[in-house]
Amino acid sequence: MGKTIKFIAKRLAFSVFVLVGLSILIFVIARVMPGNPARMALGARAPEWVVERLREEMHLNEPLYVQYYYWAKGALHGNFGISLVTRRSVANDIKAFFPASLELALYAGIFMGIIGIVLGTISGWYANTWVDNLVRIISYMGIVTPSFVFAIFFVLIFSYVLEILPTIGRLTPGVVPPPSVTGVITFDALITGRFDVFFDALKHLLLPAISLAMGPLSQEARITRASLVDNVQKDYIASERSCGIPERTIMFKYLLKPSLIPTITIYGLDFASILGNAFLVELIFNWPGLSRYGMNAMLQKDLNAITAVVLVLGLVFIIANIVVDLTVGYLDPRIGLGTERSSE
Amino acid sequence: MQKKSLTQEELSRRWENIRRNWYKFSRNPLSITGLVMICIILFFTIFAPFVSPYPESAGKFINFYEASQPPSLNHLCGTDAFGRDILTRIFFGCRYSLIMGVTVLLLIVPVGVVLGLIAGYHKGSWLEIVIMRTTDIFIAVPPLILALAVCSVLTPSIFNAMLAISIAWWPWYTRLVYGIVSSLKEEFFVKSAEVTGASKIHILFREILLNCISPILTKMSLDMGWIILIGSSLSFVGLGAQPPTPDLGSMVADGSKYLPDQWWISVFPAFAIMLIVLSFNLFGDGIRDTLGVERG
Repeated sequence: MGKTIKFIAKRLAFSVFVLVGLSILIFVIARVMPGNPARMALGARAPEWVVERLREEMHLNEPLYVQYYYWAKGALHGNFGISLVTRRSVANDIKAFFPASLELALYAGIFMGIIGIVLGTISGWYANTWVDNLVRIISYMGIVTPSFVFAIFFVLIFSYVLEILPTIGRLTPGVVPPPSVTGVITFDALITGRFDVFFDALKHLLLPAISLAMGPLSQEARITRASLVDNVQKDYIASERSCGIPERTIMFKYLLKPSLIPTITIYGLDFASILGNAFLVELIFNWPGLSRYGMNAMLQKDLNAITAVVLVLGLVFIIANIVVDLTVGYLDPRIGLGTERSSE
Repeated sequence: MQKKSLTQEELSRRWENIRRNWYKFSRNPLSITGLVMICIILFFTIFAPFVSPYPESAGKFINFYEASQPPSLNHLCGTDAFGRDILTRIFFGCRYSLIMGVTVLLLIVPVGVVLGLIAGYHKGSWLEIVIMRTTDIFIAVPPLILALAVCSVLTPSIFNAMLAISIAWWPWYTRLVYGIVSSLKEEFFVKSAEVTGASKIHILFREILLNCISPILTKMSLDMGWIILIGSSLSFVGLGAQPPTPDLGSMVADGSKYLPDQWWISVFPAFAIMLIVLSFNLFGDGIRDTLGVERG
């Protein structure tokens, strides 16, 4: 137990370093932009003195490190400045939009894990039969199809042709959202016992979450299958078979656990692709989340908002990776938690 | 005389090696499918101006008489809202996708590999710390988000999209090479080169680099598909190639406005993206199996 705490402390310290580095990186990228951000924010028709005042406000006339100092000082107090486009506080906007994105990423992550592992296990269990081949073809298609294409196809099939699933927003217009406890509608609905709202929210989540999960879940299925097929040939499985242990017990008790280690190791990377693709998928499904907010900020060159969104998502990704590492450490005691892992 | 026969022996050994690898590669029907598909795509993209039915559709071209026509014998994949032939634009779009993939690889592989070599060889020194901690920072944010962010602060263009993807992608090569080098540098062949007084450049590039080639090649062939995917995502949101440049991602985005009635405008370019990425993935998997590189 002490080892785990030490590991978490070490990782947290490292995360702080990475976050500071990331903030410098994003800050530099945002500031090397050609042109005048103040002018861009105010539009071509704003008078010169207004532009100059905004430049003063944003410390744009000072050297880069002074600008960074002011920005970092604000960020440490949870103040990411004011959106150059909407003139609202970026921190408040992020607080408002974050739960929707978290909900989407959470469900996509759950779909990815469960469906990916189930498909991979079926495929590995029935290796080299038609079931296996079918799953492999499907997962190949899942990997090569961009998530925005899935999103568009799903919208086309489920809302235009079949008309069974909604494709816009988090709730049907008219449905009163439950009082916000966590901000995640499905959780709030369950907490307050509003099951109708829960199912309505779930229906809205289904298409965007699956569009996001399709690619990564295919990846998980492939990895799971490969490691199952590898492990089946190992001696310990042969010895269990020779002892007459039922196939089913071998599968679930001895084979699955070690085979899931590579799957969970790449879970972090796959989660990255969910976070990234959410930028496109939220736009398509008009999902009122942080990624759509970030995407709009990017399209409008809203520097303060871009910096903050990228930093927040970087933080989410870092936390996800720590969770993945802890899980792998639990599944495979041979992997010391203290050792550096290359697959972060 | 002696020397010449030696090189000849060397040559025939290499030739034998290539032949053996090709045999291994060609035993797998999927790898061959990938290779054949890549060849077909290359043919159509290189000769796009000659093989496409309406080459003028690739650029600024408007023909409202033939606007928004469904697939027919005249226009195999239909036409878009400006009357441009979709098939032609797909051929030219593939061209930009391939150029993007190759350019990004040309930009990042040398940089990433050299940094990885240096960091791995100087393990434990400040050089390693600086280089590897820098990669940690770049990897701390999902690549698509970093690429989008870089793209958004630059003027949207196909070149800046390539630059943005490169900034997000180079650390993976550094990490790959670093991992191999830090285990190789204790091997005897490196030690013996060191004691015979070989220069650092010789050790890094002639002794160590040659032993990292297989994983690098494998990663490159698999990455081609990923880079094209990310590129199409960037242009899907309008941060990549700008109109009227035919680009698969922006064609899908344009067509999505006309769904579901004029489905052909976005569906065919989407299939084209899938086909390119699929062929590079099949090919890359084949290369990996042939060169015996570990999955991962």
